[in-house]
Amino acid sequence: MRQIAVYGKGGIGKSTTTQNVVAGLSEAGYKCMIVGCDRKADATRLILHKKAQTTVMDLARERGTVEDLEIEEVLLTGYRGIRCAESGGPEPGVGCAGRGVITAINFLEENGAYEADTDFVFYDVLGDVVCGGFAMPIREGKAKEIYIVTSGEMMAMYAANNISKGILKYAQSGGVRIGGLICNSRETDKEYELIAELAKRLNTHMIHFIPRENEVQRAELRRQTVIEYSPEHKQADEYRSLAKKIAENKNFTIPTPMTMDDLEQLLMDFGILEAEEPEDAAV
Amino acid sequence: MKIKDHNELFQQQEYIEQFKNKKEFENPWPEERVKEVAEWTKTEDYREKNFARKNIKINPAKACQPLGAIFCASGFAGCMPFVQGAQGCAAYFRSHLNRHFKEPMAAISTSMTEDAAVFGGLNNMLEGLGNAHTLYSPKMIAVCTTCMAEVIGDDLNSYIRQAKDKGIIPNELPVPFAHTPSFVGSHITGYDNMLKGILTTLTAGRKRKPNGKINIIPGFDTYTGNYREIKRLLKAMDVDFTLLSDVSDIFDSPNTGEYKLYPGGTPLEDAADSINAMATVSLERYSTMKTRTYIEKEWGHEAPVLPPIGIKNTDKFFDEISRITGKPVPQEIEDERGRAVDAMIDSHPYVHGKRFAMVGDPDLLMGLMSFIMEMGGKPVHIICTNSDKRFRKEAEAFLGENPFGQEATVYTGKDMWHMRSLLFTDPVDMLIANSYAKFLWRDTGTPLVRMGFPLFDRHHLHRYPIVGYQGVLNMVNWVVNTILDEMDRKSINTTSFDVIR
Repeated sequence: MRQIAVYGKGGIGKSTTTQNVVAGLSEAGYKCMIVGCDRKADATRLILHKKAQTTVMDLARERGTVEDLEIEEVLLTGYRGIRCAESGGPEPGVGCAGRGVITAINFLEENGAYEADTDFVFYDVLGDVVCGGFAMPIREGKAKEIYIVTSGEMMAMYAANNISKGILKYAQSGGVRIGGLICNSRETDKEYELIAELAKRLNTHMIHFIPRENEVQRAELRRQTVIEYSPEHKQADEYRSLAKKIAENKNFTIPTPMTMDDLEQLLMDFGILEAEEPEDAAV
Repeated sequence: MKIKDHNELFQQQEYIEQFKNKKEFENPWPEERVKEVAEWTKTEDYREKNFARKNIKINPAKACQPLGAIFCASGFAGCMPFVQGAQGCAAYFRSHLNRHFKEPMAAISTSMTEDAAVFGGLNNMLEGLGNAHTLYSPKMIAVCTTCMAEVIGDDLNSYIRQAKDKGIIPNELPVPFAHTPSFVGSHITGYDNMLKGILTTLTAGRKRKPNGKINIIPGFDTYTGNYREIKRLLKAMDVDFTLLSDVSDIFDSPNTGEYKLYPGGTPLEDAADSINAMATVSLERYSTMKTRTYIEKEWGHEAPVLPPIGIKNTDKFFDEISRITGKPVPQEIEDERGRAVDAMIDSHPYVHGKRFAMVGDPDLLMGLMSFIMEMGGKPVHIICTNSDKRFRKEAEAFLGENPFGQEATVYTGKDMWHMRSLLFTDPVDMLIANSYAKFLWRDTGTPLVRMGFPLFDRHHLHRYPIVGYQGVLNMVNWVVNTILDEMDRKSINTTSFDVIR
């Protein structure tokens, strides 16, 4: 069983990419599971074809304690037998969402959600590793492989670099490794080259470049992955290709995060940021 | 069935063998090597490493904020201290106070569990307030927090308002609150926060014309004897006063065979009227920082700090009380002073020139240093775990201007393991600290006078005041007689048959 965590800036397309990749892996015959670690609980809707599934924390809130839950209530099966769970979390502004992720994953583990014949478990984690709770999927020997979804937009790259810093902490003390950057294209300038270079600087590789394609949107509106909605479409092949690359990936490294200055320099080198006059040069 | 004491128990053949057999699996270092390292921990070399230590505290002399908060809250009549957090926290505060005072102590916990940590503790608070009100009919519920509630950011103000809006508790029930994260400050910070919270709530809208009284804030003072002594002295001066948080009857209540949930404390009406006093005198500085600032700003009267520990401090205390109230110090108190000074003169040959180490809360240390130097003793190692550079500056300035303070070093943020190194490398004649210093006494053989908080392993010490001239007498008694005990112990195998000291 390979446990994989997918991180990336909020809104970058982690959930869409993860679900399409998982659909691709299932199509290829692998047994997969998705654990959504975001209180929005939208990491499984394309697989389950519903708005949002009942989360572990939803039921815990209803019953008063997580101990009163049955695993069947929160572990649902969708497209091609993919098993789905969502951690959920508190209302915005109260409690601790990070602790919610910890509680939910502990519950899934203790109640045998991870069946021995599962090939892949994907953790879809919210935007940024804001606190220890969101590092839960990579703690204590759970997910050892991490993919970061990014694009050529500066803030997405900035987030990718930040996440690398988080991974580095766990890489040094455990076996956590970065498996690559997934570029979910926003059609920015020199995007392919830029992300390939960013990957190189982070001591990893760009495992796949997913072109921008409206078919993804159409499929999403119907609560389906592209692979299910239009299996013949070329975009479905992109996801199949990424799924295959992940299944066959051997490139696992410890990331080397960049300083903010280096990151900005990189953007300047690619002509994205204009070089500023040094402040003291004007004097 | 005879239950053996743990010492006796583990000396039985059965246990001796078990310990021996266990060694086989422990893969221990050779005994010689262990001894060698143990000896090394007494050296200058180790002391240097010990003081460079950053990531661990060993026997720090402090407790956490909510402990101070519920201690403060319990001193108001009919007040139920209420802890927003996990049960274990409230249990720790209560047992810590139980063990010191040998008295029961009531406090409510909202029993937050993992679910509350995720969703926030609103429901716990609502249910807890409802239950506390229904079951224990308190006149006031004083709410404080623990680490868990603080980390997840529980909003006490809004939770309490919701409890009132929903009719769970009556609107007129005073429910003061204080955010008291255990990972910030110490018990003295929590005391300060809670007192400020309580006074803010009770005095709201009560500003009227001056009532001719003075307020006394004892601070985080765990000597019930001090409270009774202050009350006795002010009555002797005919001063009308309000003690703000009077814990004396809570932690030293008469045994009548009947348990009282609320055995005494400052009447809430008096506390509410405290805003109209002439002045508020704090007997401690560092446990009343925020409260004093609040009083000076919001109540608009003076709030001096007058800790009455030692002769000079007590003199100043009476001078100032006299100035504020216009009441003279009666002959009765003058006589007490004379007797205390006489006692000091009787004992001072044994204390003069002796070197002292001390560990404690900042305010206790300030008082102790003053008293010890009045006896001709030299403070040498001063450790205050729960203070910062403000205290260090005050203490250093104070020591600096006294010929007996010249050998002293003040360490803030250090712990009792640091003190161990100091006692080995630069020995002193006496250590003054709380019960945990027993292990320093055991390791280093330095005679120990138990003062401060907690005092778990000796009884009744907290019943004897350390404030006022009576307090001076008690301290002289403890210090000189511990020195004499030690002299006798050291002369057991000598030709000395001195019966007179």
